[in-house]
Amino acid sequence: MSGKAQTIEQVREFTDDSYKYGFVTDVEVDTAPKGLNEDIIRFISAKKDEPEWLLDSRLKAYRHWLTMPEPEWQKPKFPAIDYQDSYYYSAPKSVGDGPQSLEDVDPELLKTYEKLGIPLFEQERLAGVAVDAVFDSVSVATTFKHKLEEVGVIFCPISEAVKRCPELIRKYMGSVVPYTDNKHACLNSAVFTDGSFVYIPKGVKCPMELSTYFRINAENTGQFERTLIIAEEGSYVSYLEGCTAPMRDENQLHAAIVELIALDDAEIKYSTVQNWYPGDAEGNGGIYNFVTKRGACRGRNSKISWTQVETGSAITWKYPSCILQGDNSVGEFYSIAITNHHQQADTGTKMIHLGKNTTSRIISKGISAGKSDQTYRGLVRMGPKAEGARNYSQCDSLLVGDKCGAHTVPYIESKNKSSVVEHEATTSKINEDQLFYLRQRGINEEAAVALVVNGFCREVLQQLPMEFAVEAQKLVGISLEGSVG
Amino acid sequence: MLEIKNLHATVGGNEILKGINLTINKGEVHAIMGPNGSGKSTLSYLIAGKDGYEVTKGEILYNGVDLTEMKPEVRAAEGVFLAFQYPIEIPGVPNTTFLKEALNSVRRHRGEEELDAMQFVKLIKAKAEELGIAKDMLKRAVNVGFSGGEKKRNEILQMAVLDPKLAVLDETDSGLDIDALKVVSEGVNQLRSKDRAILVITHYQRLLDHIVPDFVHVLAHGKIQRSGGKELALELEEKGYAEYGVAAE
Repeated sequence: MSGKAQTIEQVREFTDDSYKYGFVTDVEVDTAPKGLNEDIIRFISAKKDEPEWLLDSRLKAYRHWLTMPEPEWQKPKFPAIDYQDSYYYSAPKSVGDGPQSLEDVDPELLKTYEKLGIPLFEQERLAGVAVDAVFDSVSVATTFKHKLEEVGVIFCPISEAVKRCPELIRKYMGSVVPYTDNKHACLNSAVFTDGSFVYIPKGVKCPMELSTYFRINAENTGQFERTLIIAEEGSYVSYLEGCTAPMRDENQLHAAIVELIALDDAEIKYSTVQNWYPGDAEGNGGIYNFVTKRGACRGRNSKISWTQVETGSAITWKYPSCILQGDNSVGEFYSIAITNHHQQADTGTKMIHLGKNTTSRIISKGISAGKSDQTYRGLVRMGPKAEGARNYSQCDSLLVGDKCGAHTVPYIESKNKSSVVEHEATTSKINEDQLFYLRQRGINEEAAVALVVNGFCREVLQQLPMEFAVEAQKLVGISLEGSVG
Repeated sequence: MLEIKNLHATVGGNEILKGINLTINKGEVHAIMGPNGSGKSTLSYLIAGKDGYEVTKGEILYNGVDLTEMKPEVRAAEGVFLAFQYPIEIPGVPNTTFLKEALNSVRRHRGEEELDAMQFVKLIKAKAEELGIAKDMLKRAVNVGFSGGEKKRNEILQMAVLDPKLAVLDETDSGLDIDALKVVSEGVNQLRSKDRAILVITHYQRLLDHIVPDFVHVLAHGKIQRSGGKELALELEEKGYAEYGVAAE
């Protein structure tokens, strides 16, 4: 999913360089050999023309990774991942590799696009069809970039940021999620291929919602993305991650890192609609989405707000968190997680209150259907200096059918007598009387389920930017297809 | 329009209806009166198609077609409407969203074009005005926090929007004070037409002072015991259901 010209260039680069790195590579192939070792990491770093310090940090992470155990505390169980059986560098497919027209694309995928109301040229782009429309998007992206540059906002691939503003990268990357954090984050620190970098200067309110949507048009995102957002004093940014359409990825493991840093009086709003391939109805295939997302409210009165709609992936392991370090800082987590068929999700948040009068709010809506299983796992920690800190958590689970599961696992730690922690949780089954009532008005069973579930999620959907919310609502319906009847 | 022939039905293995015969033609308003537990609500759920209500013998024909073979949403799209005794709350779903989804589902089934947001808002505002329904009721979540009267008015609003051919009103008077009863009845009376059949199910006669039926049937022990004109309702009011072997409450 990248510009044709860029792809050709990358392929050329690769073939020119290939012997230097000792890989026997077919001209047509733009993927590093399978497996993971220091040579692969050196290869990735060299492909990106990275400075020495970054390669060193990758290698350090890799060596540490080798010593780290797999996390085992989550509820989803799955066979051990064979890390040597994966590809760690995969450039955009060359023009000849991708589907040539929509006729070559999986009709199931197109059906989904249609239901989401995505225009035709957009469908081509999402399905990776090599067409000229891609070039149109590139020019859109360029216009967009100029507008941001006028106010001093930097929004570019992280590999570009390494070259443009190395001092920011060195200062902040890994400062919220250190490579030692967990096995998946450590792997990402070693092999991340690309991702987004956002810098909002002091006092600037970013004039538009930033979205990977634009960036994907021009650049390729890998399977190990790394995102870093820095909001300087008094600035504001709203960032939207992910396409709402399913990007069917052949790769099994998706291990990303997102780091957010908010300084004094800054606010970051981060919204995600995650719709990776969930596997088929029998539970074959699908993405393992093991993502470490964390925001640091470093400044006084700063605010970080996570909103997520998780409908995809075979297994989700994800806990977007806030470290509330600055006094009066605010952390928010709004989540909708929908699992169907054989999907498993273990998701939630961590609110770490360090500063005085810090507040956090957690609203989690979990919907389990089919034979899926879902766990909300959340930590609220009140540190010894977090005087007057408050948290409110509300976790609601809705079960569709009688073969699915929902679990709520809150962890509450308080080392401060003046802090207040509130936790409410409910679990209910989708109500047959509600479905009958809707059906008696002419609404078919699947649409009735979608309507009830959308109502159940409303509080969170309202947090999403307008155009995102509309697509998210449709996605709720699509994700639950085949869950009744 | 509706022909019920020798209908026997069970709920949870218990036989509730034991041979009902009833014919309703378009333009007619019928009332079924009966004591608690006589099978009134069972009959309405059978017509609407609720799960767990089994026909064991006999049939329900709607315009000559067996209704029991159709899913509830198909019956609704074909013009069967049930005003619920206890309207259900759907948290988080605005009334307008629900009504638009319902109307467009029905229109799709009828091969009519769906209404877009603008057209729908125009329609719903007009209907709400005709029935004297406040605008804020349209924005609130379906039946959530509605008073008893508001819930019943909301049922009548849905009926007005969906424009059914056969409307079954199940205990529409229950839980209403006299003022609310008048408002709801007026709404129903506005919807009386020569193309529509209405079946009013009630325990008390007082509703029938406001919605005057063409025919009255007495349901007791799972059977229609007697049928007559509107005067039968008055007689029941006076004598109660005792002569049908039902003890006074």
